[in-house]
Amino acid sequence: MIRTPLRPLARILDARRKGENPDAIERENLRIRHEQMRDKARLRAEGRLLVMAVMFFCAFGVVGARMGTLAASEPMEPRAQATGASIIANRADIVDRKGRIMATNMETFSLYAHPQQMIDPERAATELVKIFPELDHDRLRKDFTGNRKFMWVRKKLSPEQKQSVHDIGEPGLLFGPREMRLYPNGALAAHILGGASFGREGVHSAEVIGTAGIEKFFDKELRDPAREGAPLQLSIDLTIQSAAERVLLGGMKLLNAKGAASVLMDVHTGEVISIASLPDFDPNDRPRPLTEGDASDSPLFNRAVQGVYELGSTFKIFASAQALELGLVNPGTVIDTSGPMKVGGFKIGEFNNKNYGPLSVSDIIVKSSNRGTGRMALSIGSKRQKEFLEDLGFFEPTPLEIVEAKGGQPLLPQKWTELSSVTISYGHGLSSSPLHLAAGYAAIANGGHYVAPTLLRQDGPRLGPRVMSERTAAQSLEMLRKVVTEGTASFGEVPGYHVGGKTGTADKPKRRGGGYYKDKVINTFASVFPTTDPKYVLIVTLDEPVETSGTKPRRTAGWTAVPVAAEMIRRVAPLLGLRPDVETRHLTGIINTSN
Amino acid sequence: MRSLMYVLTFLTVIGAAFWAYHENYKTQAALGEAQAVRAEIRDARARLAVLKAEWAYLNRPDRLRDLAEVNFDRLRLMPLQPDQFGRVDQVAYPKPPEVPITDPIEVSSAGANE
Repeated sequence: MIRTPLRPLARILDARRKGENPDAIERENLRIRHEQMRDKARLRAEGRLLVMAVMFFCAFGVVGARMGTLAASEPMEPRAQATGASIIANRADIVDRKGRIMATNMETFSLYAHPQQMIDPERAATELVKIFPELDHDRLRKDFTGNRKFMWVRKKLSPEQKQSVHDIGEPGLLFGPREMRLYPNGALAAHILGGASFGREGVHSAEVIGTAGIEKFFDKELRDPAREGAPLQLSIDLTIQSAAERVLLGGMKLLNAKGAASVLMDVHTGEVISIASLPDFDPNDRPRPLTEGDASDSPLFNRAVQGVYELGSTFKIFASAQALELGLVNPGTVIDTSGPMKVGGFKIGEFNNKNYGPLSVSDIIVKSSNRGTGRMALSIGSKRQKEFLEDLGFFEPTPLEIVEAKGGQPLLPQKWTELSSVTISYGHGLSSSPLHLAAGYAAIANGGHYVAPTLLRQDGPRLGPRVMSERTAAQSLEMLRKVVTEGTASFGEVPGYHVGGKTGTADKPKRRGGGYYKDKVINTFASVFPTTDPKYVLIVTLDEPVETSGTKPRRTAGWTAVPVAAEMIRRVAPLLGLRPDVETRHLTGIINTSN
Repeated sequence: MRSLMYVLTFLTVIGAAFWAYHENYKTQAALGEAQAVRAEIRDARARLAVLKAEWAYLNRPDRLRDLAEVNFDRLRLMPLQPDQFGRVDQVAYPKPPEVPITDPIEVSSAGANE
């Protein structure tokens, strides 16, 4: 570039000659040069701005276009990455403690109709009714020939049914894939599993939602795709559950009971190994809840968890345990149980109006004396009794992982008077579920810790806060053992398993209030085995049983619930891997010698 | 010299284009294969689920019990009883194998009186 000089000599000389100021020329030139520089700089800046604008436009254009394509395209699994497990959107399986399937999914089809696409709606309706006799022919024909554009015909089809519908050859009948919940074991553990049904339904899929039991309690977890299909493992053992239900059903039929329930629980981990309630139902085809009458008459009613009953003398051990714990008595302390005994204007009587006279605490439990435990309750006082039972979990619904557990709210007296205190000591006036009782007995069996029952498999002991000392628990356990060896539960002895337990016979309260039925009872046997090293508690409850082998019908737990529980222990204990502890007889006359 | 450079550059471009084209096709093929494998896995999973369900259904305790009862004559299966537990010391040691006679000696009393 050739720069024009600011003071060109020719013009300066010329200006001097004319007498003008040569500086004006320089200023003029300087001005021109500045203007040129300014124009150039502006041009450059404008160019840069343009480039920037184009760049920004392109960048935002790319972002916008990408957003557009993402929004408009169908979602699909990424193909190019090797991410290992792909998303598993199925509802997770439920398995028992040994991994055997209790609930799984099956692919099936639903049937829907597009009536406007039908060629011969009349024939379609007739043929469909032939395949599914439960459909209403007239209604179907009306729907097919009417204005409807879409209708569901069946929610689930078996492959054979699907083929038959296919064979009708009607283009207006269409199939949609469906995931179906299947309970391969039928009615086994029905009350735990609950059931499932369809939630929101579309043509291509439908969501499976739990409607009751553990399916509903863990609905969100089971549906969570992040599980990657990992099954939910329960503490239930399918074999033991099956054996327990079988024995319970046999006992229920033999003793003409209306219903029955059993709970088998590990005393250290709180795992419920088996929990049964009869009558039961098939979760694959869950019956509708009763709309009228008593809900507890429905097979859906879970007697072991929802059913709150006055569990009778099984509660006596809690009164004696607390009296031992507080140091008020020891197992040998003699208490006078002779009558009459009046509390708050009510007479406290014994079973069959017996009179036992002075008995030791241990014998009060063995003979099941109401007055004896009542006197202990009086010396404990209602406040302390209340606290103790609260610690044992008798005030809250059990924390079992099924939705029905919340319904098992124990019924407590409104005012905890001295009379309530006495009646509760022998199990009247406080209603709780058999599962509550299992948790209470577990505390005695495991050395004095509360343990919350759970349906999920645990890896180790889960002992809760201490509710009684180890010594009290051991002494109570000894008394429970004595009840079986020399007391009311003599039928409960199972050779080799050292069963201990307490019977309970409670009159059923009349439904509309006003006293108790004379000939309707709830029999309970709460047992612990083996008492030498307690591992399990078993509660068996029978609703309105009657034993008719004798001359008079017998309704005490010793004749009803106890034999059932003993049979259950005989069947279940070997399955639990418990070796019977039989005294080994030494061969007489043979001595180890050496020479 | 310059023309040689041009030729070489041109050839390189053709080579690179060919390579890219080739790689693209290979990628497409691999993706297709991955998709097929994935579909296979999906089908296998569905089949596995059905087989598992069937296994569980056929092994349900009710059915096994009924089968045990039906076949009682042949199998004589009974529920597990407490007296079926044994102890290790009740199991006899296996008998030691009899030593084979490799070198038999003829024993005879003939001529003993001589």
